[in-house]
Amino acid sequence: MNHLGEYDVIVIGAGHAGIEAAHASARLGAKTGLFTLSLDSVGNMPCNPSIGGTAKGHLVREVDALGGVMGKAADATTLQSRMLNRGKGPAVHSLRAQIDRTAYHQYVKHFLEQTPGLEMKQAEIVRLDVQDGKVKGVFTRLNGYYGAKAVVLCTGTNLGGRIFVGDASVESGPDGQHAATLLSDCLRELGLPLRRFKTGTPARIHRRSVDFSVLEVQPGDEPPEPFSFLSEEDGVQNKIQCHIAYTNPETHKVIQDNLHRSPLYGGAIEGIGPRYCPSIEDKIVRFADKERHQIFVEPCGLDTEEMYLQGMSSSLPEDVQNQMYRTIQGLEQVEILRPAYAIEYDCIDPTALKLTLETRKVQGLYGAGQFNGTSGYEEAAAQGLLAGANAALQVLGKPEFILERHTSYLGTLVDDLVTKGVMDPYRMMTSRSEYRLTLRQDNADERLTPLAREAGLIDDTRWQAYETMLEAKTREMKRLQTTTVKPTQLNPVLEEAGLAPIERAATAAELLRRPELDYPLLAKAIGWGDGVSRRLAARITTEIKYEGYIARQMRTIKEVKRLEHISIPEYFDYSALDGLRLEAREKLSKIQPRSVGQAGRIPGVSPADLAVLSMAVASLSTAPQKEEADD
Amino acid sequence: MHTTIVALATPPGAGGIAVVRLSGSDSYAVAEQVFRPINPEKKVREAKGYTAMFGHFVQDGVVLDEVVALFFRGPRSYTGEDVVELSCHGGMVIAQTLISACIKAGAQPAAPGEYTQRAVLNGRMTLTQAEGVMDLISAAGRQGAALAQSALNGSLAKTIQGHRQKLLELAGHLAAWVDFPEEDVPQLEQSNLLQVLNEVRQGMTALVDGYGAGAVLRQGVDVAIVGSPNVGKSTLLNWLAGFERAIVTPIAGTTRDVVEQAVMLADIRMNLFDTAGIRQTDDVVEAEGIRRSHSKMEQAGLVLAMFDTSRPLTDEDRELAKLCGNYRAIALLNKADLQPVWDKQELEAHFGAVVEISAATEQGKQDLEQAVRQVLGVDKLDYSLPCLVSQRQLAAAVSAQQALEQAIQAQRDGFGLDAVSVCLDDALEALYQLSGEQASEQVIEEVFSKFCVGK
Repeated sequence: MNHLGEYDVIVIGAGHAGIEAAHASARLGAKTGLFTLSLDSVGNMPCNPSIGGTAKGHLVREVDALGGVMGKAADATTLQSRMLNRGKGPAVHSLRAQIDRTAYHQYVKHFLEQTPGLEMKQAEIVRLDVQDGKVKGVFTRLNGYYGAKAVVLCTGTNLGGRIFVGDASVESGPDGQHAATLLSDCLRELGLPLRRFKTGTPARIHRRSVDFSVLEVQPGDEPPEPFSFLSEEDGVQNKIQCHIAYTNPETHKVIQDNLHRSPLYGGAIEGIGPRYCPSIEDKIVRFADKERHQIFVEPCGLDTEEMYLQGMSSSLPEDVQNQMYRTIQGLEQVEILRPAYAIEYDCIDPTALKLTLETRKVQGLYGAGQFNGTSGYEEAAAQGLLAGANAALQVLGKPEFILERHTSYLGTLVDDLVTKGVMDPYRMMTSRSEYRLTLRQDNADERLTPLAREAGLIDDTRWQAYETMLEAKTREMKRLQTTTVKPTQLNPVLEEAGLAPIERAATAAELLRRPELDYPLLAKAIGWGDGVSRRLAARITTEIKYEGYIARQMRTIKEVKRLEHISIPEYFDYSALDGLRLEAREKLSKIQPRSVGQAGRIPGVSPADLAVLSMAVASLSTAPQKEEADD
Repeated sequence: MHTTIVALATPPGAGGIAVVRLSGSDSYAVAEQVFRPINPEKKVREAKGYTAMFGHFVQDGVVLDEVVALFFRGPRSYTGEDVVELSCHGGMVIAQTLISACIKAGAQPAAPGEYTQRAVLNGRMTLTQAEGVMDLISAAGRQGAALAQSALNGSLAKTIQGHRQKLLELAGHLAAWVDFPEEDVPQLEQSNLLQVLNEVRQGMTALVDGYGAGAVLRQGVDVAIVGSPNVGKSTLLNWLAGFERAIVTPIAGTTRDVVEQAVMLADIRMNLFDTAGIRQTDDVVEAEGIRRSHSKMEQAGLVLAMFDTSRPLTDEDRELAKLCGNYRAIALLNKADLQPVWDKQELEAHFGAVVEISAATEQGKQDLEQAVRQVLGVDKLDYSLPCLVSQRQLAAAVSAQQALEQAIQAQRDGFGLDAVSVCLDDALEALYQLSGEQASEQVIEEVFSKFCVGK
């Protein structure tokens, strides 16, 4: 064994979780090592060539607001951008961008190479060095050893990876990478509860084999919007078009007829797949009455002819894949470059983690991304940032960084994971947040940048940009509330837009509350606000229009916070609390919630249990209650 | 729950028997020390659940009373714990001595509502059922008890669950539609959305509206008796009360203060307030009395306005009738035994009912009862329907109702469905609060602090 170096924090895996973990750790000043099986797959997108989507777009904005990499990297490599759910209200607007996957990899790799305090190493980690319940270092496949005070596991689908195509099954990571087959044993020996999850990806096909003339075109938004709060408003352009195709009864018949050859239905796959991102076989079986399913044909990059078939992931044999894809109008001549496959991998039961994403079992060992039972690049990135930050903060002896549910989708995601656990790969959805109206993607910076700045994650450039934005916003809000608009000013504008005229003078803010009025229209009468970007204008409009509903939600948050701030001591003995039902006692002992609020969200803990618990916590004279002032 | 608690389970005061109730893991051990079975073969510790034993309350070797002990084994008991009920002879002294003996033997005095609180904590009843218990204990009349019983049976819980299911389905559809824009989830039919929101809102409105009438039955109602001086208000009060409570004299203006008397009328507990006659006056004391009369009308749940049919209506009478139009009021045309000198139609517009009585000859009580039921809305109350029994439940129902109204409003105003779904979430939250399934600790404390000890 060769001792090759020492790090404060070692991150295992350079996918979307590992990137953010390493970058956050280095940003905080911890000496960081990022280990990957292959430097050629840093920031790889083994599944869809896109970033964002419903709720996921929120996560990207949150990662950006916390000083992360993903938003900037996506903006630099965007091929096409769309704001989803435009007609469904601002709370659920979600940005999604098609990405040039090769360019993304190159951008991120180069970005990390230039990050001070961060070293990248190509090596497979096969074992952790753990002594007295504390992490001490890692062993590489080539007999190397690196010391570390904290380790973040971002192993993705590489950990114990095995792919399935029909009756063929091969030990493998995603996209033909090799699997990390040795580390799982070590984790099991440490007593970490590992389980098997499964996911899948559709085929990549050749552009020349697609008849685009019969497909629906799906253009991007004009003007497209960037993810990052730091990107120029006009910094991204649409460069490509996507297309929509549909399955048909014939497709469904091919699948039905060959279900017995699917490893999923044949029983070869034991891992649990994502309910919310099902394979085409799953969709056909579960929604048998549906006549067609949408498929999106998406380019993988500017310098490649590979196209991705979103919505058609499968683990059927290659001959069936050929047959199946060819039933689709426009894909009759399809030429498959890479077959669809299912992949099984090892991950942890996330209830073994704390809200910092540190394992309860091993001090200094953290997890993020698919390792924690989630699915998706964005979910991974967000957790990576949190885990990497906490690993570094622990090493540096600083307070931990925990995001509560009402602050962010990230906080919601982590709380869900460690409190409720997961039954299948967890995907973020807007419906998972009870605070949708306040957790919008447009205000992620206001929600998170100040918290991140306090933790040391935000550099001066970003902080100044944030403060400038906030000043402009405050100024503009005031202007709108105090500017009186006369009918003579506004009516010509309204007339031009084909809208009914107003009869009485009103403040600009009052006018903006009308459903038919938007900021650009109003600005024609009163002028565009000083320092107000298009994005900021949209945010201000939402806040004014939805004021009543937002206020309603803020009241709820305030009430909820009270319970969140009644903290439970870390090693609280639930077995001594006779009043708890047995199930609740077991669950509480396992999850070890930090607050009465969190305890209340654990499945199997009833209000009656909660009452017993709060009485017990209140009676602990040694743990004075932390009643915080309104903030 | 480490402690074993003890308290008197029957009302304090004189009675045929008094029941002292023990609950907790040491109930049998405590009972053994204070109770000696007549049959020396029998052992308290070995008593099975749902059995009784006859014996004596013994202290320091002295037999103090004959006692019947009823045994319950957890979880099949009221609290879900081991329970022993000791029935001794009535009267406070012996019961208190028995309780003291139990405490000496290791039991703790129970806190208010602690038995029922334990029942809830041990999963023996739901929070709404517990509130029903509390209500049943304090229900003021026969019908009130019937209402409380319906809450106890969980019919309220069932109704709430039904409403909640409808909202959950809506919320689920909205969530899928928003979260899977690429999956062709059909948009929710606006008409269907509005229909469900309206249905549930109406359900909530029915509960909220029913609360007033239900509360009248459970808690009784304050009734202000008003009218010109010497119209016979005090006579009415005395008639209804069955004895002379207020001073009755033929001199106008005798009653100068509001007099309280509780009576049962139409199965409703009525707190009658006789008021000073309303007329213009220079007398300072009387003026104060009149001011109080007005304020009592403001506060009362029912106004009984008396008019003398044997004398012409005065301007003051007409003024009073008009005022009554603002309240739930019944006009009582007194002295129906004498020849009326004006037509009662003149008053009908201002009152929920007009009843002819003669307080002096005690005629017309049945008509009055009928009118009271009608005006208070009690006759329409269906005891089989669920009903809110506490202020806490009322508050939750009102907040659900408001959230639904906001959701409907948001939909009408053309806001995005995200605003609708946020209101929907709030309504759901309120329904969970209402059924007690997502009760915060304050709620639980609030519920139990209202219990009397021993229940």
